[in-house]
Amino acid sequence: MSYRRPSPTCHPPYACEAYCSTALRAPLRPLIVLPHTLSELTGPVFGNDAIGEMDHDLTRQHGGEPQGQRIIVTGRVMDEDGRSVPHSLVEIWQTNAAGRYRHALDDHAAPLDPNFSGAGRTLTDAGGNYRFVTIQPGAYPWRNHHNAWRPAHIHFSLFGPAFATRLITQMYFPGDPLIPFDPILQSIPDEKGRQRLIAKFDMAATQPEWALAYHFDIVLRGREATPLEDR
Amino acid sequence: MELTPSQTVGPFFHICWSSHSAVLADEGSAGERITLHCQVSDGDGAPVSDALIEIWQADAAGGYNRPGFRNFGRACTDQNGSCMFETIKPGRVATESGMLQAPHVNVNLFARGLLKQLATRIYFAGDAANGDDPVLALVPEDRRGSLLAHSRRDDPKVWDFEIRLANECETVFFDV
Repeated sequence: MSYRRPSPTCHPPYACEAYCSTALRAPLRPLIVLPHTLSELTGPVFGNDAIGEMDHDLTRQHGGEPQGQRIIVTGRVMDEDGRSVPHSLVEIWQTNAAGRYRHALDDHAAPLDPNFSGAGRTLTDAGGNYRFVTIQPGAYPWRNHHNAWRPAHIHFSLFGPAFATRLITQMYFPGDPLIPFDPILQSIPDEKGRQRLIAKFDMAATQPEWALAYHFDIVLRGREATPLEDR
Repeated sequence: MELTPSQTVGPFFHICWSSHSAVLADEGSAGERITLHCQVSDGDGAPVSDALIEIWQADAAGGYNRPGFRNFGRACTDQNGSCMFETIKPGRVATESGMLQAPHVNVNLFARGLLKQLATRIYFAGDAANGDDPVLALVPEDRRGSLLAHSRRDDPKVWDFEIRLANECETVFFDV
């Protein structure tokens, strides 16, 4: 068995002129195609012991309430064939409402929030579903070019079942006016691919008198169909 | 269903990953104890101080996800572009056709400026099995050396592995 190879326009290329940091880091030589062995077909398994009680709720990790708009982010992790990816680790990190990361190297002149760390983790359920409660992150400047601002986003880290299904990506928000100007999101060659990273506002999942909601499904690599496989 | 595209890990991932460990072996783990020291440099040869390295390796008997050994490790590079894993030398992993691969550690490298991860493998210089390894055989001979970790002369249990980015002599990266 092996995992399907992504189409060449699915992921961004390594080298992307508009995103300056790629210049000294993108490979110059072609990658070597690696046939999948047990090393690529297996991956880490995380249990509930990897998850703290409040890890999925970034608004309740401190003594007080963080500043900002509460949001619920839900979605389903699945593979290219629509199969659920159950009991799989999902990790997120983000800025606070003011657009500042709680990180020693973030020197953006925006306030830190003593009640917001900006990191969460959870396991998907048996149906591949995940749910986080957090704060709407802010935009922030990043010096890539004159007056460069990152659109608000949440970083997502996913493992799936194998070394070959590992994915780190970012979720963006619908209607964000910075999206057309962002070289990182725009590095994805295909417009439909870019759209897949923009969450959908989810009225049905909002919590009245409490929080807005967004829905963000994530699709990991599916298995290569084999003639013997009965589907 | 269409795949979700990759995006860079960015420079601020450290806020998320305090709970993972660069220590794979505990007292009960079988196998030869080693320290794996990785050093990452960019196209100018400058240290990459904001990389995340994840490793995935077999236990001493060549298996994955069995009791007694944690196969997964995660570490962030420091100001010098380096990070270390406390682990064991992996055993040989079989391929589907029953061939045995040489001992190797699978690596995913994430960093600002990488829009998707770079995957490579660490092999152990001097291991007799390297000559028969089906993956090394796919790599042009003059580039195979970039996949070898070297044991320190003064401290043989420490193995050094260099990851060179964006350079004519860059490390071999794989399309996994």
